Amino acid sequence: MIKGKIHMFGDGVSTDLICPGRYYHLRGDLPELAKHALEDADKDFVKNMKQGDIVAAGENFGCGSSREHAAIVIKLAGASCVIAKQFARIFFRNCINIGLPAIEIDTSGFESGDETEVDLKSGIVKNLTKGIERRFPQLPEKMIAILNAGGLVNYIKENSGL
Amino acid sequence: MAETLVKKIISSRTGKEVRTGEIVIMPVDRAFCQDGTGPLSIDGINKLGIGLKNPVNCYFFIDHAVPPPRAELANAHKKIRDFASSSKANCIMRGVCHQIMVEDFSSPYEVIVGADSHTPTSGALGAFAAGFGSTDVAAAMLSGSVWLKVPESLGIEIKGELNKGVAAKDVIIDIIGKIGADGATYKVMEFFGEGLKNLPMDGRFTISNMTIEAGAKTGIFPADEIVREYLKSRGREGDFRELPASVASAYENMISEDMRKIVPMVSCPHQVDNVSPASELGDVKVDVVLIGTCTNGRFSDYEAAYEILKKAKSLKTTLIIAPASNTVLKRLAESEMFRKFVDLGASIIPPGCGPCCGVHAGILADGATALSTANRNFKGRMGNPESFVYLASPMTAAATAVTGRISDPREFL
Ligand code: SF4
Repeated sequence: MIKGKIHMFGDGVSTDLICPGRYYHLRGDLPELAKHALEDADKDFVKNMKQGDIVAAGENFGCGSSREHAAIVIKLAGASCVIAKQFARIFFRNCINIGLPAIEIDTSGFESGDETEVDLKSGIVKNLTKGIERRFPQLPEKMIAILNAGGLVNYIKENSGL
Repeated sequence: MAETLVKKIISSRTGKEVRTGEIVIMPVDRAFCQDGTGPLSIDGINKLGIGLKNPVNCYFFIDHAVPPPRAELANAHKKIRDFASSSKANCIMRGVCHQIMVEDFSSPYEVIVGADSHTPTSGALGAFAAGFGSTDVAAAMLSGSVWLKVPESLGIEIKGELNKGVAAKDVIIDIIGKIGADGATYKVMEFFGEGLKNLPMDGRFTISNMTIEAGAKTGIFPADEIVREYLKSRGREGDFRELPASVASAYENMISEDMRKIVPMVSCPHQVDNVSPASELGDVKVDVVLIGTCTNGRFSDYEAAYEILKKAKSLKTTLIIAPASNTVLKRLAESEMFRKFVDLGASIIPPGCGPCCGVHAGILADGATALSTANRNFKGRMGNPESFVYLASPMTAAATAVTGRISDPREFL
């Protein structure tokens, strides 16, 4: 079970806002890069994050570039999970591949600070602060297996292949 | 029943009929990454400690930061070069990855995975080419395969032909304006219709390049005579295999695009789907014009811009020319255009990404406005969240450089 406070973002948050190109040179130093996670969408994001918190957003979260760094910096900033109305395709895959659960669910009514629980197994998101409960379809088996392994690299190691 | 192009490719490569939504393991013909995503792929590969399945079909491009503007990036390049030489993979530094792929490698029916979101550019040649993250590409390099969900397709019927002053770029900006930046998420955009015969190869590259801006997995064109002629011009006629176009009945969802009705279009800050005809924008002052990148840095793009620039005595903006590859730069250097661009004070930068992703060679000042022929205008894209980026065709870019304001190129032709 995942439990944490929501950090809410709007629609169309691009990978350029999550992991700005001007920090390109920090890509070889992920902990340093992660200090700038989501900086251009909310400059206090990293400061306000606690380990285990949940990043929530509207439509098309993570649109734009294929940089896996965007998913990594959110995870390194402490996120246990990302939930959004809709994810951009590559970003969604990247989250799964680095072992960060990404859940598509209607996030309307959610606000920053809401205490929220995510149950990946039974497919339920409970916003405890607002008393909202929403269900999501289970992820495909392959993705659950990759998440359980802690990401694609570990999955391949354990299964000696895809 | 008529099949979509993507299903034709998947079926031909897996040897079985496939259903939409089914998860398939696809053989990968070519896998690549670039200097921004490559180091992470290399870390993944090294963690697994097994060799590349087929190093000759693995490509490590150095294109986003060439030549490197900082030591950290020079070190990233060194890491890539060292890895490529020890693993026997290709290391290529002669232009933007997508342009080199279409010039020298990508072919119809191929499955191409790239750790760069504009990998769909190769879809213009009738390939299945999609962008992935570094780890997915690392896995593809190691296993020679990739898992994917058989996607649904959005059919795009192309009709008619373009009017003077209007380009393929205007067509794709118009389409994205209609369907939105998430209008094709998880889907493949497939192009068909009588108008395709009027859409040359370079225009198709521009269109498939930008399908990701509508969220699409990729964009695929049929492999027709225009593709054959292109491959022939690259000395690769042997790589041609016809991928016949699909028809309207193959698509549950489709839209029609009549090229006769398209006018010069602009994507306004900070979303690609925030579109407007250039003529309706009012007075937008521009500081920097960028003509180039993997979207519009091909020879014919410069020819189109030159039609307008050749009459100019001076420019009212900074002009950056970023050719998509060495091949393009060489042709440019041998043409009369080169001298004119230099005389007009343009900065001709090394083939590569340059300012497109805000790494170097043209970062914008606070409050500055750029008009770029690239594919993305997210806040901060060109290196400064306090700047504004508009996207348009090379002709609109040229007209804008002449007047210093976003201008409809039809007034100059
Ligand atoms: S030119 Fe721009 S869009 Fe194309 S690969 Fe380079 S950074 Fe990406």
